[in-house]
Amino acid sequence: MTANQMSGEMNAVFTPSDSQGSQKTTVNRLAGGQIDRSRRLRFTFDGKGYLAHPGDTLASALLANGVRLMGRSFKYHRPRGVISSGSEEPNALVELRSGARREPNTRATVIEMFDGLEATSQNRWPSLSFDAMGVNDLLSPFFAAGFYYKTFMWPKAFWEKLYEPIIRRAAGLGSLSMEADPDAYDKGFLHCDLLVVGAGPSGLAAALTAGRSGARVILADEDFRLGGRLNAETLAVGDQSGADWAAATVAELASMPNVRLMTRTTIIGAFDHGIYGALERVSDHLAVTPKGKVRQTLWRIYSKRALVCAGAIERPIAFVNNDRPGIMMAGALRAYANRWAATPGHRVAVFTNNDDGLRTVADLRAKGVQIAAVIDSRPDAPALSGVEHLRGAMVIDAKGRLGLSSIVVRTASGDTRTIPCDALGVSGGWNPNVGLTCHHRSRPVWNDGIAAFVPGNDLPAGMTVAGAAVGHLTTAAALRTGAEGAAAALADIGHSAALPDLPRAEDDAPRLTPLWYVPHKKGRAWVDPQNDVTVKDVKLAHQEGYRSVEHLKRYTTLGMATDQGKTSNVTGLAVMAAMTGQTIQQTGTTIYRPPYTPVPIAAFAGRSAKEDFRPKRLTPSHKWATEQGAVFVEVGMWMRAQWFPKPGETTWRQSVDREVLATRGSVGICDVTTLGKIDVQGTDAAEFLNRIYANPFAKLGVGKVRYGIMLREDGMVMDDGTAARLAEDHFVVTTTTANAVGVYRHMEYCRQCLWPDMDVQLISTTEAWAQFSVAGPNARKLLQKIVDQDISNEALPYMGCAEVTVMGGLRARIFRISFSGELAYEIAVPTRYGDGLIRAMADAAKEFGGVVYGTEALGVMRIEKGHAAGNELNGTTTALNLGMAGMVNKKKDAIGSTLSEREGLNQPDALNLVGFRPVSKDALMSAGSHFINAGAEANAANDQGYMTSVAWSPNLGHYVGLGFLKNGANRKGERLRAVCPVKDLETEVEVVSAHFIDPEGERLRA
Amino acid sequence: MPEHRLKALTPLAQARPVITTVGRITIAENPDVALASLAQRRGREADFTQRAEALLGFALPAPGHAVQGGDWGAIWTGPGQWFLEAPFASHEDIAAMVKNAVTDAGSVTEQTDAWVRFDVTGRNATEMFERLSAIDIHRMQAGQATRSLIEHLGCYVICREAGSRYSVLGMRSAAASLHHALVQAAEAVA
Repeated sequence: MTANQMSGEMNAVFTPSDSQGSQKTTVNRLAGGQIDRSRRLRFTFDGKGYLAHPGDTLASALLANGVRLMGRSFKYHRPRGVISSGSEEPNALVELRSGARREPNTRATVIEMFDGLEATSQNRWPSLSFDAMGVNDLLSPFFAAGFYYKTFMWPKAFWEKLYEPIIRRAAGLGSLSMEADPDAYDKGFLHCDLLVVGAGPSGLAAALTAGRSGARVILADEDFRLGGRLNAETLAVGDQSGADWAAATVAELASMPNVRLMTRTTIIGAFDHGIYGALERVSDHLAVTPKGKVRQTLWRIYSKRALVCAGAIERPIAFVNNDRPGIMMAGALRAYANRWAATPGHRVAVFTNNDDGLRTVADLRAKGVQIAAVIDSRPDAPALSGVEHLRGAMVIDAKGRLGLSSIVVRTASGDTRTIPCDALGVSGGWNPNVGLTCHHRSRPVWNDGIAAFVPGNDLPAGMTVAGAAVGHLTTAAALRTGAEGAAAALADIGHSAALPDLPRAEDDAPRLTPLWYVPHKKGRAWVDPQNDVTVKDVKLAHQEGYRSVEHLKRYTTLGMATDQGKTSNVTGLAVMAAMTGQTIQQTGTTIYRPPYTPVPIAAFAGRSAKEDFRPKRLTPSHKWATEQGAVFVEVGMWMRAQWFPKPGETTWRQSVDREVLATRGSVGICDVTTLGKIDVQGTDAAEFLNRIYANPFAKLGVGKVRYGIMLREDGMVMDDGTAARLAEDHFVVTTTTANAVGVYRHMEYCRQCLWPDMDVQLISTTEAWAQFSVAGPNARKLLQKIVDQDISNEALPYMGCAEVTVMGGLRARIFRISFSGELAYEIAVPTRYGDGLIRAMADAAKEFGGVVYGTEALGVMRIEKGHAAGNELNGTTTALNLGMAGMVNKKKDAIGSTLSEREGLNQPDALNLVGFRPVSKDALMSAGSHFINAGAEANAANDQGYMTSVAWSPNLGHYVGLGFLKNGANRKGERLRAVCPVKDLETEVEVVSAHFIDPEGERLRA
Repeated sequence: MPEHRLKALTPLAQARPVITTVGRITIAENPDVALASLAQRRGREADFTQRAEALLGFALPAPGHAVQGGDWGAIWTGPGQWFLEAPFASHEDIAAMVKNAVTDAGSVTEQTDAWVRFDVTGRNATEMFERLSAIDIHRMQAGQATRSLIEHLGCYVICREAGSRYSVLGMRSAAASLHHALVQAAEAVA
């Protein structure tokens, strides 16, 4: 291929000069593998262009392109390369994509390659190969475990302003884009008989067994290709390769309607009652999320049984400088060679304490990779032929700052040898992946046979474990226990499943002689590379008394990084055990918690983000109000019109003042649909309300409305509202907007649990009726144009209600009640006609110069009238506080009436709701102010009460306030200071009646 | 249909019902159904059942079920409580009609405009519901009804035809939010 041909294929990120470099694509690309060589994908890493194939991960593609250096470490900025081939990866973290979609700390091992992928290394400046902060590494003696705790203690004030910002800049991983996430995320719900976690040999055998039996099965795997280690190994399954058997099995499963295969899906946690969380990466493997689609879906899986087939994770052996790029897990080397046809180098050494590590030697040799040497810590290991097999030897050091160049080996005879190599595969054995099994606080138990923790006995209900995850480390055992595990789990729920004829497979007992770290006096051997924790750090923790595993974790930060110590925890425990002389079992493990791998907060939010954070409730007049340019306010979930600005009005006060004055001067209309409406029916409906409300309701006449207060059991006021009696056995109760749900719930509780013998039926009708308040001296005149029947004072007196018709025959309800203190009605029609009604009434109001008003004017008028609202019904106030003590009827029993008589609530200096006005007419008042007697110091000891509501009264020309004052009912005329330290405001106020407007109530009875 | 001068709007605040098709799924606002809640009075169960069934022409459905027959449909909504549905054009005053039938043996409340009803049809409607509700939608058979949270709202979901035809009843005031949620879920599986 000529350079011209090459550049013709390249896109903008791939310059012709880069294309020269692209010849290197093949440098570390081997034969075979499960990649599609017929297609080429372009990607960049740190701005440099490379080629990859479908089937690659970012890690495999970088290795194939000869890139070993992929990142810098968290604390010391050490050059790092990839260690693993799976989600356990601690080192190869990159920033993926750019702009608003930039995602930090993404593991290169699980990033599925797509055309145009952009990745950037992180935690380095100015470049990956030269990182100025690498100076931290030279200063490492100062940065050992506990360094921050000891060093930045003093002076205290320096911590937030000086130390922390510096440390945060020097240490850390990727950075956020600081832009809003442009993608959408779904949540969803799935149900199954059997959830199989992991699609390696045990998971596939389990799904096959359960699927063929007809059970509903979900098989979830975090990988984009199902098969687990079968895709990474060359071991045969039956007459096929493991990968071919996996593919054939997946094909059969895919044909079963009762089996749901979920690739790219991580089971992140085991929750109560067989519920599992699963994160499906729907579009992460695509360059751009398709329109209308989501990036990820967070599933909640309801399973009857779950079989964890999560496999095992290979663990390293710690030795000095074991973090050099090019040093990785032996199993990962095999996976890269077999599945991805990639190798980090062409001269590779292997360091192992077990037979499995030796498989890497055979597989790499089969791929034509030169084996520099095999360093086997076991003196008695079976000798390999054709390679240099140094038995009883250990790797004691590694050279090559930006990439491995050689290892230093101490042989069985004690000689030291330097062996040139560009990669080293390390195997310290395999740790069963017990994470999910511990999410309900089960502790794993130590198994000497494999020198690893296996799941304990106290697993989450409904969960069992099979395959390598339970310690069966051979392929044959994985297949067998997977099938048997599925059959047993299904038998447990009364579903029988026949065991399939399983193919022959490798069944060699794993032989391992534990080796956790190579003893050393100098240098650093890394246990947790992501958090830069060394063997010495663990020893230091021990030396300083942090010997409990939980203390070890917090003191050293072992296992606290984004990988949660998947490759490092057990090694750390082993080092601690060696220090204390305890066994590893005695040393114990820390708690495993969800999520298993990192989950974006956005996935937890799902669709409930930004303007869709929660649903909005729109009033029946919403469309009309929007046309009028209303300003809306969110009240609970409701969007209520706050005021209706008119041309020329430049401040909200102008609009509100106009609305208030027009209402009190003529007529105003307000949408009050949001108030809760509860239909109460039944032969005992009246008695039911009599027990719910503190004041009597039994004798309320049909066609009458009464104001009532409900108390909580503890005697505090819960809510207020009205109840209208439409028939002997039929009431409509109204509640405040905010308490609509709470009051309904309370009433249902009373009906179902307290008095199940009463004949009462409840249902909410809040939504069924569009209800409007019509208030002001011209309210009747306006409504008479709407209502078909006579609504004169005689026909419908104050506190009356009736079923009427409007606009020539539409059924409606009318209530003569007033919140504003004016002559007022509430008129209700079926909600679909609410828009029509507001238009008809707004039209009719024009003749009177009437207005439609919003919640601000509503608030001003109720404060002027001295009516309590949410600010006063704040959960800490009693009827006595509110000036309604007389409403608590002593002749009957109602909820809360007994406890409202508690001595402490009935002291002479109890708070009373009173009105306040500024002594100087122009002075400002502020809700939240506390009252202090003249001359007293403004402190809590001298507190006389507090202001709850304040509004500018356009009728009176000054601020008016409501508030609770000790013995306030008897202090009218007294002058106090209203002190608001938050706003640095102090106003001299006079105690007055709470009823600023029409205290005798003549208007509303007119 | 009463004679009067007010125009009706659908829950989505339109003159005509909104019908949205996304891929193979159609989400149709349906304001043409009148609804009333019917609850039996304590101690009057026999009269109640006899009178209700005389009106409907079929037995009231058991918990978790919904029945259709002639003009009427009934949905179990709670112990001793059902929603009755009938064509709006002929049954706008449904509450009075039902009350006349059951008289003092039952409590009846008009619910027509308390709810927005979306009829969801399409072969992959189940995939859409997986993204909306914890209901085991694949196991839901025609004639089953249940209550479930959708978009944080307490909704009724009624299966009219397994796998392909469902009705969702949600609070009317949140119709736009509910519709938005349904459409988004349909787009995700389109």
